Amino acid sequence: MDKSFAKLPPKPVSHLKLITHWLIALVTIAIIIWSCTGINFGGIKQTAAQIAGAIFAGIFHPDWSYIYNGSGEDLVSQLWETICIAFLGTFISAIISLPFAFWAANTRHKKWYASRSGKIVLAVIRSFPEIVLALMFIKAVGPGSAAGVLALGFHSVGMLAKLFSEAIENLEDGPNEAVTSVGGSKFNTIMFSTMPNLMPALISNTLYRFDVSIRSASILGLVGAGGIGYPLIIALQYRQWDRVGVILVGIIIMVVIIDWISGWIRKKLV
Amino acid sequence: MSKTDHDLMNLPKKKFNFMNLVWLVILVAGLFVSINETNTHISVLFENFSQFADIFVQMLNPDWSYLSAVIPLLLETIKMAVLGTAIGSIIAFIYSLFIARNIVKNKAVTGILRFIMNIVRTVPDLLLGAIFVAIVGIGPVAGILALAVFTFGVVVKLFYEAIETIDPGPIEALTAVGANKLQIIWFAVLPQIMTYFISYVLYAFEINVRASTVLGYIGAGGIGLYLQQTLQVFDYAKTGTIIIVIIIVVVIIDYISSKSREALMR
Repeated sequence: MDKSFAKLPPKPVSHLKLITHWLIALVTIAIIIWSCTGINFGGIKQTAAQIAGAIFAGIFHPDWSYIYNGSGEDLVSQLWETICIAFLGTFISAIISLPFAFWAANTRHKKWYASRSGKIVLAVIRSFPEIVLALMFIKAVGPGSAAGVLALGFHSVGMLAKLFSEAIENLEDGPNEAVTSVGGSKFNTIMFSTMPNLMPALISNTLYRFDVSIRSASILGLVGAGGIGYPLIIALQYRQWDRVGVILVGIIIMVVIIDWISGWIRKKLV
Repeated sequence: MSKTDHDLMNLPKKKFNFMNLVWLVILVAGLFVSINETNTHISVLFENFSQFADIFVQMLNPDWSYLSAVIPLLLETIKMAVLGTAIGSIIAFIYSLFIARNIVKNKAVTGILRFIMNIVRTVPDLLLGAIFVAIVGIGPVAGILALAVFTFGVVVKLFYEAIETIDPGPIEALTAVGANKLQIIWFAVLPQIMTYFISYVLYAFEINVRASTVLGYIGAGGIGLYLQQTLQVFDYAKTGTIIIVIIIVVVIIDYISSKSREALMR
């Protein structure tokens, strides 16, 4: 048998590509090794496995009296408060986001610096830590869910307005031109062509943000801004591991249900 | 003008959508319920707005001498983000191969593994941090573990969906010539999805840098520790320094990462 047919032709190799790939890989590995330096990995507590076990035990043997007892301090009412914080915070941020979105949207009829400055402002708002904002609002309105609502409302603007402005950028000019060509005013254009076309994207993005806000609202309690985070941090501090487990399960179930509902509504929208 | 002409001048009536009314009622009811539940009154904010503005003004006059103290912890924060991303994405890589239905055909295995994944995805990052601090103790290790679990949740979902959308041709070709599972993954699956994976890891890294800056607030290591200390003693000038440094680092890393993702996808 002629052996020369059994051999495949060599794979074509681009040397430049190969070198850049290896370089990137080496740099990545170097960064990871650098990251390992100076971090003390030996500091893990001896009781780690025991505590993790206790939390898991709490998940499977929940303290039923804590789940609902009508006092307002139980799991269900705290979760309900969390949902309310997220709902109101998202609503506030959706309203504030609209003008920001029109500012940051890069449409044809604007100078480049107008949209660029808007995008920078939104990036700064996005990067401002949510927890610090919550603490500032606690100073202003006192500890409680109101501070959480305001912190969420202002923090979400950074992301929501970015999503809105992308939706505005994706709009087509056709409907606007049609309204203008039959003699519509600027107000008519916004009322009859821009807003109706924009609405599905706005609602869908707001619902998506609501999903994220639910997760944030359950964190804000850690600093005293209302919601489920507060009983959680108390339980952690007092080492009530079974209660930590129950609260975790509560949060997971809440998030799953909200994700499911908002996913269902978004699917109906599209 | 006759009557028919007059009718033609009018546009047809817009159809009334009953569901829109229902949604509006739900929205308004939700607003009232949540305002009542959270006790939020905008008037309170305006009454105390001077206090809020005062903190803000103090933060805008940052204490730059504090910078030398901030830099080492900032580096620790970035290290945490890098390690968390690395560990989380390696686990996510392997896990995704097991839950992609075009690689593992057993529906029971993928179903159970996906259920676990969906549960892990729901827990917020700071909550993971608080729990890991309780389990392994205060320090950056808790932060790294929290970020790793969080990264896992972000990457695994995106990645397995990318795997499931690949072209089945190469897999069939390799199956036809008798390759085993490992060879199929190595020669047919990976070449198609590697760029997606790197892009998702970079995206997770962006989120992790953001998240890691506050993890220290609950004791999980990094710059958040100083955030907590300065806020506790109401030293807002120093808090301002930290926040400005955080914003600069986050914006720079976001920029680099989004540019390299664009370059990858080209």
